Amino acid sequence: MIQGAQPIQKIIAAQKRNEAIFRVVAIAAVAISLATLGALLFDAFSDGLRRLDWQFLTSFPSRKPERAGILAAIAGSFYVVSLTSAISIPLGIGAAVYLEEYAKNNRFNRMIEVNITNLAGVPSIIYGILGLELFVRMMKLDRSLMAGALTLSLLALPTVIISAREAIRTVPSSIRQAAYAVGATRWQTTRDHVLPLAFPGIMTGIILAISRAIGETAPLIMIGALTYVAFLPTGLDSPFTVMPIQIFNWVSRPQKGFFECAAAGIVVLLILTLMLNGLAIILRNYYQRKFSVRSL
Amino acid sequence: MIINSSSVQIRKIKENTVQAILFGCAIFSVFVTAGIIGVLSFETFEFFREVSIIEFFTDTQWTPLFTQKHFGIAPLLCGTFLTSAIALIVAAPLGILTSVYLSEYASPRVRRVIKPILEILAGVPTVIYGYFALLFVTPLLQKVLPDLPGFNALSPGIVMGIMILPIISSLSEDAMYAVPQSLRNAAYALGSSKLQVSFKVVIPSAFSGITASFILAISRAIGETMLVAIAAGQMPNLTLNPMESVMTMTTFIVQVSLGDTQTGTIEYKTIFAVGTMLFLLTFGLNIIGHKLRKRFREVYA
Repeated sequence: MIQGAQPIQKIIAAQKRNEAIFRVVAIAAVAISLATLGALLFDAFSDGLRRLDWQFLTSFPSRKPERAGILAAIAGSFYVVSLTSAISIPLGIGAAVYLEEYAKNNRFNRMIEVNITNLAGVPSIIYGILGLELFVRMMKLDRSLMAGALTLSLLALPTVIISAREAIRTVPSSIRQAAYAVGATRWQTTRDHVLPLAFPGIMTGIILAISRAIGETAPLIMIGALTYVAFLPTGLDSPFTVMPIQIFNWVSRPQKGFFECAAAGIVVLLILTLMLNGLAIILRNYYQRKFSVRSL
Repeated sequence: MIINSSSVQIRKIKENTVQAILFGCAIFSVFVTAGIIGVLSFETFEFFREVSIIEFFTDTQWTPLFTQKHFGIAPLLCGTFLTSAIALIVAAPLGILTSVYLSEYASPRVRRVIKPILEILAGVPTVIYGYFALLFVTPLLQKVLPDLPGFNALSPGIVMGIMILPIISSLSEDAMYAVPQSLRNAAYALGSSKLQVSFKVVIPSAFSGITASFILAISRAIGETMLVAIAAGQMPNLTLNPMESVMTMTTFIVQVSLGDTQTGTIEYKTIFAVGTMLFLLTFGLNIIGHKLRKRFREVYA
């Protein structure tokens, strides 16, 4: 027995050592991703803040890096994303409500569901190809704000649908039954009870979809958003550029000065997307806490 | 209260109208898929009327924008494969370690802090990753590997690995989290350590879920555009050497659409042929990935 006790202690010691080693390795792995995010932020801000000033925010692009600015791109991004939201949010919420509240569990509705999951995985550049053929060529919208917004709407739609469905699903069914019990119709129940309760969750998904739309580059290059735009968009048929395309254009220039412009543009874009992401996360945490209290 | 029949009827009409509108919203997504498949297949069919399908798959050169045209997609497939493979080599071990740590080791407080940060990593616009790869990671790598050219597959591959890491870590963590506690308890009762439980019980039980996360992450890497367009170069190159400049399928599509390509020309149609390849690859991977995830969920339902 005493002889046997020795190896057991050894095994336990070895296990404890392995545990400690694993903890270090795992924390290192987590640290690598955090460090990369840190390096990315530091790199962009240290290069970009030098260039980022009022002149940069209020100027049009220029052949001279020190006179170039991002105004046209900020305006373009704002218009495109507003239009995209106006199109994809109602469509997306409508689809989510149908699938969660109305659809029977039959073959056809399951096909719609599978289809949405698959659409969410289609590379964004493929949406650009679709937009190029459908909106730019067949609908003759040309390289316009409208063509860009329609293309991004199709891209954002699956994200909006999926997150809205998740939000609707968290609404307890007792609330629906209470509404039905006092004679409400299905739509009344949905409009007056389910949607208001699911609203914060739906908002979270919408904000994430918008933040992704602001950063989208490839599909808009496909439909021919321009890289040199020295005016503000004048209407739905106006040519336009957006921030990520302007940044891409500056990164692809050989002159060093434009790299600084790119970095400054990245700072603007990063601040916007990080703020939106942060807002979504805060909203979700608040919402989760609220719901867990309600279920008590 | 008397309910008269006409108000009931109005109510019914209203209900049916709303339902029809909502159904329209849902069915719209099917039209989008139909549109994608329709557009891609129509123009790809046109493309293969001019270029033989055998040349497309066997030629080793891709030069549709030159006067001496070759239409072999192999170099583009190779470039796409190379950058995605590097990304997976980086993301797979880091992703697994992160998800084991978060699901089995970390305290709820640590999870609450780290998970949103990882989500932010997935939310950074890819054009910013491109800038980071070209102007930060490549110069850094050049200090270790002096021969590394300014455009190469290695640097965007590594950055892409960090970019897809949140996909792997969050989907794998979901899978590990779904492994029933009873399995862990059984292993603990036999005297296993936490590490043994994690690697001999939890990971094998969550295996199909973890595989699904890899497949969905690869699909994302294959479709990634701006990162490789900025940092990997624009030279179609039939190589598996990560130190060389490569062109991916997505980069080619961007390159053509940045130029002044007239619609109807063979150059224009190449976008759709390459797009079809890209679509089929990602679509296939996504279907397999989601099937695996679903099967995994059913096992522990």
